[in-house]
Amino acid sequence: MAEILYFGRLSDVTGTFCEQVSLPASVSDTSAVRSWLDQENALDGALLEASVRLAVNGEIVTDPYPVTDGDEIAFLPPVGGG
Amino acid sequence: MIRISDQPFDAAEALSEFTARATGAGAVVSFTGLVRDQASSSKVETLHLQAYSPMTETGIAKARKAAHERWPLIDSHIIHRTGDMSPGDAIVFVATASAHRRAAFEAADFLMDYLKTEAIFWKKETTASGTQWIEPRAEDYKDRARWTRS
Repeated sequence: MAEILYFGRLSDVTGTFCEQVSLPASVSDTSAVRSWLDQENALDGALLEASVRLAVNGEIVTDPYPVTDGDEIAFLPPVGGG
Repeated sequence: MIRISDQPFDAAEALSEFTARATGAGAVVSFTGLVRDQASSSKVETLHLQAYSPMTETGIAKARKAAHERWPLIDSHIIHRTGDMSPGDAIVFVATASAHRRAAFEAADFLMDYLKTEAIFWKKETTASGTQWIEPRAEDYKDRARWTRS
């Protein structure tokens, strides 16, 4: 199982902060994860936005980055504190 | 030092402790960011800050290291809140110490621009009209870009 985290406004869009999913065999990189989860949850492109970055196991990655079951995959909308 | 915490902190106390530790410094600069009481349309009731540990801490540590490489700092201290806050609460504190003022001013400014635009935090504001996630403004990104070396 992969652990998917939705930060910031994306937790409102998806209705959850964290979910465990079993990645289909065809979903082997971050680009595929975006399309698959966006479609599964009928999000109308919210996970495909260029401003939304992905982190795999705590590192921000550039699409397409390989993923496997067991990874922690986080969707990060634009960040900022202060 | 870096501290990310959901507990309130006293900025005056943090500054006095930092100053006491900054042996040999001729300049100490500090910045404290407070939760504003006005949103664009209505009064802010609460501000919620979300982080992603340990990415948040790692990123801030890298920015702090970059500041120490770029300016001759004796020390620096960053405190950032997470969790629920009310207007007037301190949300961020940055202090820098150096032999002379320019390095301390610039490094504190650099660190704040990092924290506003690149630090791994998300902010949610609650007002009478509901909740809204707040993202950096165009000015914040412009401020951050000032530090990019060509």
